[in-house]
Amino acid sequence: MLLSSCIEGAPLDSLNPAGPVARQIDGLWWLVFWIAAAIFVLVQGAILVIAFVFRDRQGRQEPKQIHGNNKLEMLWTAIPALILAGIAVPTVKTIFELTDRPDNALTVEVIGHQWWFEYVYPEYGITTANIMVIPAGMPVELKLTSEDVLHNFWVPQLAGKRYLVTGQETYLNLEADQPGEYWGQCAEFCGLSHALMRARVVAVDEAGFEQWVAGQQQPAVEPAEGSPAAEGQATFLNAGCTRCHIIRGVWEEVTRQPPAPDLTHLAGRDYFAGASFDLDAAHLRQWLANPPAMKSGSFMPNLSLNDDEITALIAYLETLE
Amino acid sequence: MADLAHELGHHDEHEGLGVDNRKLAMWVFLASEFMFFGALISTYLLFKGREGLTPPIPRDLYDIPFTSVSSFVLLMSSLTMVLAHNALSRKDQPATRSWLLATAMLGMVFIGGQVFEFSTFVQEGMTMRTNAAASGFYLLTGFHGTHVVIGIIMLLSLYGISRRQDGLSEAKGLNLELVGLYWHFVDIIWIVIFTVVYLIP
Amino acid sequence: MTTTASRSTIFRRPKTTSGFWSWITTVDHKKIGIMYGYTAFFFLLVGGLEALLLRIQLAGPEGQFLSQAEYNAMFTMHGTTMVFLVIMPMSAAFMNFLLPLMIGARDVAFPRLNALSYWVFLFGGIFLYSTFLFGTTGAPAGGFLADEVSRLGSAPNAGWFGYAPNTESQYSVGTVLDYWSIGLQIIGLASLLSSVNLITTIFNLRAKGMRLLRMPVFAWMSLVVNFLLAFSLPIIAVALWMITFDRQFGSQFFQAANGGDPILWQHLFWLFGHPEVYILVLPAMGIVSEVLPVFSRKPLFGYAAVVFAGAAIGFLGFGVWAHHMFSSGIGTVAQAAFGLSTMTIAIPTGIKIFNWLGTMWMGRLRFTTPMLFAIGFVAMFTIGGLSGVTHSVVPADWQQTDTYYVVAHFHYVLFGGAIFGIFAGLYYWFPKLTGRMYSEKLGKLHFWLMFIGFNLTFAPMHWLGLQGMVRRTWQYAADTNLGPWNMVVTIGAFVIATSILVFMWNWVVSRRRGVQAGIDPWDARTLEWTIPSPPPQYNFAEIPTVTSLDDFWHRKYTEDDEERPVRREGADALVAELEHTGRHPDRPIHLPAPSYFPIAVGLSLPLVGYGIVYHGEVWGLALLVVGLLATVTSFIGWAQEPSEPEPFGEEG
Repeated sequence: MLLSSCIEGAPLDSLNPAGPVARQIDGLWWLVFWIAAAIFVLVQGAILVIAFVFRDRQGRQEPKQIHGNNKLEMLWTAIPALILAGIAVPTVKTIFELTDRPDNALTVEVIGHQWWFEYVYPEYGITTANIMVIPAGMPVELKLTSEDVLHNFWVPQLAGKRYLVTGQETYLNLEADQPGEYWGQCAEFCGLSHALMRARVVAVDEAGFEQWVAGQQQPAVEPAEGSPAAEGQATFLNAGCTRCHIIRGVWEEVTRQPPAPDLTHLAGRDYFAGASFDLDAAHLRQWLANPPAMKSGSFMPNLSLNDDEITALIAYLETLE
Repeated sequence: MADLAHELGHHDEHEGLGVDNRKLAMWVFLASEFMFFGALISTYLLFKGREGLTPPIPRDLYDIPFTSVSSFVLLMSSLTMVLAHNALSRKDQPATRSWLLATAMLGMVFIGGQVFEFSTFVQEGMTMRTNAAASGFYLLTGFHGTHVVIGIIMLLSLYGISRRQDGLSEAKGLNLELVGLYWHFVDIIWIVIFTVVYLIP
Repeated sequence: MTTTASRSTIFRRPKTTSGFWSWITTVDHKKIGIMYGYTAFFFLLVGGLEALLLRIQLAGPEGQFLSQAEYNAMFTMHGTTMVFLVIMPMSAAFMNFLLPLMIGARDVAFPRLNALSYWVFLFGGIFLYSTFLFGTTGAPAGGFLADEVSRLGSAPNAGWFGYAPNTESQYSVGTVLDYWSIGLQIIGLASLLSSVNLITTIFNLRAKGMRLLRMPVFAWMSLVVNFLLAFSLPIIAVALWMITFDRQFGSQFFQAANGGDPILWQHLFWLFGHPEVYILVLPAMGIVSEVLPVFSRKPLFGYAAVVFAGAAIGFLGFGVWAHHMFSSGIGTVAQAAFGLSTMTIAIPTGIKIFNWLGTMWMGRLRFTTPMLFAIGFVAMFTIGGLSGVTHSVVPADWQQTDTYYVVAHFHYVLFGGAIFGIFAGLYYWFPKLTGRMYSEKLGKLHFWLMFIGFNLTFAPMHWLGLQGMVRRTWQYAADTNLGPWNMVVTIGAFVIATSILVFMWNWVVSRRRGVQAGIDPWDARTLEWTIPSPPPQYNFAEIPTVTSLDDFWHRKYTEDDEERPVRREGADALVAELEHTGRHPDRPIHLPAPSYFPIAVGLSLPLVGYGIVYHGEVWGLALLVVGLLATVTSFIGWAQEPSEPEPFGEEG
């Protein structure tokens, strides 16, 4: 019975590492697992054998009233101690190796909010949300903090998890071998919509990453005059969205601090609202109609938008590549 | 409160530690109180050195000479407590009463000093809300003060019982020992607090 | 001090020894233990219902059975209830009922304090649960809800561990978290008072000859547990005071903006929380150490080692707390140190398991229901212990922590461990408690249903966790592929529920119609089996003198050359005589009199609690004052009331 086949195709599978950090953890896990499995078989086997062999039967004698056996007791104190010492060495080694700040790492700041992850690339002056784009095959150093309560950033295929602590900075190294989309989840209970605070890490090749960076550094695409998207931009500016949302080149004077997700390049992301919903017209419509109904406790209120306003907004948002 | 052995006038021989039940109970209780204050003191130590706190922080406002005097007063109250205990072993009931009263009054002077100190701090702009170090300071010293007040009540109760019953009997004598243990504990905690919170930079 | 001098009527002590009022005013450790037991069982049903609601919500992906608010309240209350209102008081039930019987005493050291502990616990639990009637909650400040939170969702909702700063008033608006922080203070006080009482009892009230290393292992585990309680409860008390002050009075303990530290909460909570888990499991380990020898007809293998291993676990338990914080951002040195200390605790734990196996080895095993549960404990606790060892491998824990893998681990040790041990004890001592035998058939049915249901429920959680299911999650997406195994888990939960119904049926029917048990139905080894079933109020007609470990066994059996037990000629007569003289003491036995004041104090504390929650209102302040006055007055009455012990002649 291999645990990794217990659930086929689980995208959050920590037993299916896709990068060197996760792989090192995985190696350590299997080492300990097999030792634990051996002990499991031994003990459960002993229980079954004892239960069968020594069950009370007709004509069974009263048992010898043995009080103990010093040699045996010392053995079963010493042997587990030795096994544990054996496990301790690679454990401690791995802690230090995986916590070492890697050279030439890309730095990404992860900021936790109720209920979405914000990603800031200080080297490039980029701020985005929900999707973290990284170059494949390159170490990434995450600096994590929270703006409100505790959160926990977990992308199982790439690394273990790390808390985001209010007022403090924590660190996590991760790396993806190959381009691909890696799923994540907030793993520390953070309030009403904890379950809907997800993460996506998209690894791309070097060229793709440079392209992405360049695109992110541009201000928002201007909609064509008179187009539905232009109407949507007007709606954006008048319906109250500007209290919280930034679209660079269009509106940056938000009153809400910290600001809500930056929408400048929203359409380039496949998911929204804490990476919990696909970014498509249907979900956007549902969201814009009543955000708290989709995400209990949402900081985005029901703006009482009518259908036309929503249609216009969607038209605009879909242009924000 | 009387315990089982006491209530039954225990005739049966039994195994034990050789310490009266209520005394043993008080020691266990004090051990748990030790952990209580340990957690409070550790918390204060954690916040003591933090940078960037909204001023004023406790360290800015201490009046060490003043607090030294009130610490000395509390220390002296432990001495009078011992004297009360001694007087009772000599069966000198009036002296016992006097020393009990003295202990309680010294305790009240200490509390008076604490109240004065806190109101000065508040006037100078440090409340529990000001910053984490202030919160830690007030919670620690506040709980300590509460313990002192409870001790004073117990001392005055013993004094009152001694007045009404014309002295403390054998049985009640143990109560004096128990209150004494509690009082010394409260004093020792203050010595730790004074050293760690006020004196050590 | 015995006095029958008349005082004012208020202080005259009650005298009833039967009927409803006798339970209200009792100071008898057995009655108190029984009340703890029934109350804890009631909360087991409530906590179990909460679990079933959770499992219905999680049976399939994207469930909508519970709202997010309701889910968060249910998982918080499930954990809080099971830890503080089920396992701890159930252990208290056993300790209260059994300890004086096992050590040859008539009661505990402080009978009224004992009663106080029970009433404080009961009313503290009621106070906590009154949140469903009165508590308020909502979106964090600045957030919005689509609908008002239902009554089902109006309960503490920040987890049983209540991590800051989520528990601060700007994130946990309303009063539910106040019910939590204050309710736990009250409930914790009950255990603290009890610990002082039971430590004194175990040290000072043992019968002649009952040296510490002749005590039953259950008594030893109780001693360790009560020390753990005395030293760990104050720490969570401090933490709860801090969050209460932050919420009520604006202090800054966990508010990062002004120097506060959310990680401080975790340290304080787990400094309590880790010893707490040993508090939860050691009594059950004590029960297992009583049951296995009796049904193997062999002494416990390595008694001293089992005792010292238990003490070692208790002691080391204070040195591992940050293993709950491996991902919190504590430094690498701390992670390494706590990883190592956690591995170390596996050693005394292993010793106990091997010694239990050694007890059964070469024994003559009778698979009664208590024996099945005891063996079940050994098997299930081993699994939980092994997953615990995998947690100590720190980098692996970075993947495991905060996932269902942890949920699997602690349910294997707390359910497969503590709860199985508790059921072993309930069946084992049922005849002593009631004087009747339970139905073996129903007992075995209960065991197998529960065993199967338990494993169906919690085994899949291991891989659910490793393959992405995080804890405390209201919902999981369909494309995580976590659905099928979650359905298995839910089915298992309902199988467990069924098994509990079987148990309840067995209990009710057997109490009425079970076969008469006699004083020693199991041919057991310890002192509680030398007195009538159910025990008379005074326990022992004459306090025994003890000459060895398992003294009763040695009075019934001697050993031949091969060290096999040979029943002494007078053994049957001895048992018959014990039964007879047990009911007919030859002189009056004085017992502590009942009292009103423990329940009076118990009732006043929640008033203080409500006063703190609602101190912003005038009537809240009034409640606070009234509550404090009531508490103080009750204490004064307590101190003043005369002793007036009740004499006992013939068993009435």
